[in-house]
Amino acid sequence: MRGYIGSRVAHSAISMVGLVVLVFFLARLTGNPADIYLPVEASAEARAAFSEAHGFNDPLIVQFWHFVRDLAHLDFGTSLRQDRPVLDLVFAAFPTTLLLAFFAMFFALVVAIVSGALAAQRPNGILDRFVNVISLAGASLPNFWLAIVAVLVFSVWLRWLPTSGTGGFVYWILPIMVLSIRPCGLIAQVVRGSMISAMSSAYVKTARAKGVRSSTIIFVHALRNAMLPVITVAGDQATGMINGAVVIEVIFGLPGIGKLMIDSIQYRDFAMVQGGVIITAVAIFILNIAIDLSYALLDPRIRYS
Amino acid sequence: MTRNDQHLVEIRNLSVEFHTQEGTVQAVRNVSWHIDRGETLAILGESGSGKSVSSSALMGLIDIPPGRITSGEVLYRGEDLLKASYERQRALNGSKIAMIFQDTLAALNPVYPVGWQVAETFRAHGVDRQKANARALDLLERVELPNARARFNDYPHQFSGGQRQRIMIAMAIALDPDLLIADEPTTALDVSVQTRILRLLKELQRERGMGLLMITHDLGIVEGLADRVAVMNGGEIVETGPVNQVFNAPRHAYTRNLLNAVPGKHSFPASAPEGVRAEPLIAVKDLSKGYPSASRSPAIMALDKVSFTLARGETLGVVGESGSGKSTLARTLLGLERASGGTASYRDCDMLRPTEADRTILQRQIQMVFQDPTASLNPRMTVEEIISEPWAIHRDVLPKKEWKGRVGALLEQVGLTKEHAQRYPHQFSGGQRQRIAIARALALRPDVIICDEAVSSLDVSVQAQIIALLKNLKDEHGLSYIFIAHDLPVVRSFADRVLVMRKGQIVEQGRTDSLFTDPQHPYTRELLQSDPVLGSHVAA
Repeated sequence: MRGYIGSRVAHSAISMVGLVVLVFFLARLTGNPADIYLPVEASAEARAAFSEAHGFNDPLIVQFWHFVRDLAHLDFGTSLRQDRPVLDLVFAAFPTTLLLAFFAMFFALVVAIVSGALAAQRPNGILDRFVNVISLAGASLPNFWLAIVAVLVFSVWLRWLPTSGTGGFVYWILPIMVLSIRPCGLIAQVVRGSMISAMSSAYVKTARAKGVRSSTIIFVHALRNAMLPVITVAGDQATGMINGAVVIEVIFGLPGIGKLMIDSIQYRDFAMVQGGVIITAVAIFILNIAIDLSYALLDPRIRYS
Repeated sequence: MTRNDQHLVEIRNLSVEFHTQEGTVQAVRNVSWHIDRGETLAILGESGSGKSVSSSALMGLIDIPPGRITSGEVLYRGEDLLKASYERQRALNGSKIAMIFQDTLAALNPVYPVGWQVAETFRAHGVDRQKANARALDLLERVELPNARARFNDYPHQFSGGQRQRIMIAMAIALDPDLLIADEPTTALDVSVQTRILRLLKELQRERGMGLLMITHDLGIVEGLADRVAVMNGGEIVETGPVNQVFNAPRHAYTRNLLNAVPGKHSFPASAPEGVRAEPLIAVKDLSKGYPSASRSPAIMALDKVSFTLARGETLGVVGESGSGKSTLARTLLGLERASGGTASYRDCDMLRPTEADRTILQRQIQMVFQDPTASLNPRMTVEEIISEPWAIHRDVLPKKEWKGRVGALLEQVGLTKEHAQRYPHQFSGGQRQRIAIARALALRPDVIICDEAVSSLDVSVQAQIIALLKNLKDEHGLSYIFIAHDLPVVRSFADRVLVMRKGQIVEQGRTDSLFTDPQHPYTRELLQSDPVLGSHVAA
């Protein structure tokens, strides 16, 4: 197991090198930041001075060398826009995204597993059809539309919840709900399918022949076997969320990593974009390793070496 | 009914149907049987005969819908379980009526330790966790699971098939049930393991005085184990009575056919004349195949210096238990595995390191029929596409405009019709699918067909038909067969010569009649004795 984690980390390191190269050069394709930070009427000299001060006049390869050299010291540079260390800004934004992702995922998993598992008890029964329609709708509705409708209904009409911004617990309710709906619908569909096949398996028949209680059969015997494909889909969704729940963060004005990145790209804040992408990538690598390990935890037939 | 003539379990006029998309299927019609403590009843039938339905009804395991019980009573000590509540049924399942299944790898939950699963029978019926674990361990020791204490927390996939069946049995007998239902308990096991499992079941039955209901397709098991037998066909019991009576004087035509289809009881096949056998088609010498083992210990030898010849027109049987290397032999000869030593030649071609030209000859002249026709036929291809695919590869054999006609002719040769060509594999029964696989193998007019357990998954009567077909084709086309099987009676009635394999080595080879009547090697003798059909005759 330890060997497996080691080799995964080594493989991740190779991917990271590719990522560092890619993010550096792609960011430079957007153009010179001087065009954005200086007024339109700024003179050519002023532009040249701005570029010179930030090292944008050096040959690309030299800029890249400086970038890599600083990176080796865990120095991600300084944000052009906010004039603060990139690392500080990323770590200030990350908790918001992580909290949002964690609670949205938790909520999605609980609802999806319970409803999917119950729906699978009677395929094509009333509950199953109901869950099927709802989950299909949930999986299909676009985030931004849902978010706007939710704001309209719960904030504007009913006045139960704030429209956007940060503050206490109430500010989190709408974003978490909206963000969880799509994964919830997707996962419920997977749980349902996977549970139907688990419930018709031979080991469930054995358990019934042993006189095991039906709740135990569903939630102990079948569910654990049905979880592998669920983890795959849930992991995929979680990765997307860590990547920045961009739309949700923008609509609800939450200062998360997604919003930070969007702003940085618009302002050609190279150092910020590079730092944000790299840190996010690290988080996703860690998440992926955790997902792989959870496979082995669920199914003893899976052994990593 | 008075208390005295009440049976332990009695099924009366049970009829069950299943509603499917293709319409309603009558699974069983007016089935009646009974069983008492200490008694062994066998329900004998081929696949689709409905032999498992009544015991499923007894345990409340029929899914409703799609199932529907249209008539009858299922009485446990006089109580109709069809009217019992869910909780009442649950209380009886596992404690009074218990069941063991055929495919133990599927029937045990793959993600929980075996000890936990055995203990669950106790926990489900109100025994606390600690006591349940202690008693589960006692049981695993009772069924002679090797190293039970150390392996208590191991998972099902870490055990062999025979060990898993012991675990299943431990689970079933945990609460001393009145009735143990064994649904094809040994079908997936090697003969010698099968014997030990059946002996264990018999022993436990004597020890605990429970009723034993054996559901099986295997006449040998019925003969060796049961007191009474109920023969099922097409959802009905066609004949029932004491085993001796039914087997010695079958009254119903179906029973007579079934008994006749049993391989291994007829005279030996006439061996090819000596002159023909002098011309070897395939010669194998010291063929070896090793797999590197996990730690740095020596390689595991799947094939260890195997030498034999196959003559033109000869059927060579290869028998052995699982893991003996018989499938590796087939795969190595076909070039699907790389040999690690020795030589093998077909006519003048080197089979192990063929030149490009030789490879084409080999792929054309040596064909394979696999065990599982469901898995080896592509479900997305029509029968015509399946059979004509070899011609698309070997372009010179048949011009494209003649394909359709040839497919029809081949289908008729294997006992199907031209009209079957446009259908897909799933529209056929297991036996018909194997016929399609044989037609495909014949497409290139090969010299040799290697059959790897080609009839093992088929019912006895279908098995007999396929063997008869293979025999006819052999005479018609001058084929030679390498016929790999774990089933000794089948080999006995089909092969001219037999190789007995064990742990990658050939322990004995010889003419079929001499090998079966006068086995030289102790392992061959052990194999013959443990076979439920042949064993009784060897002993007699």
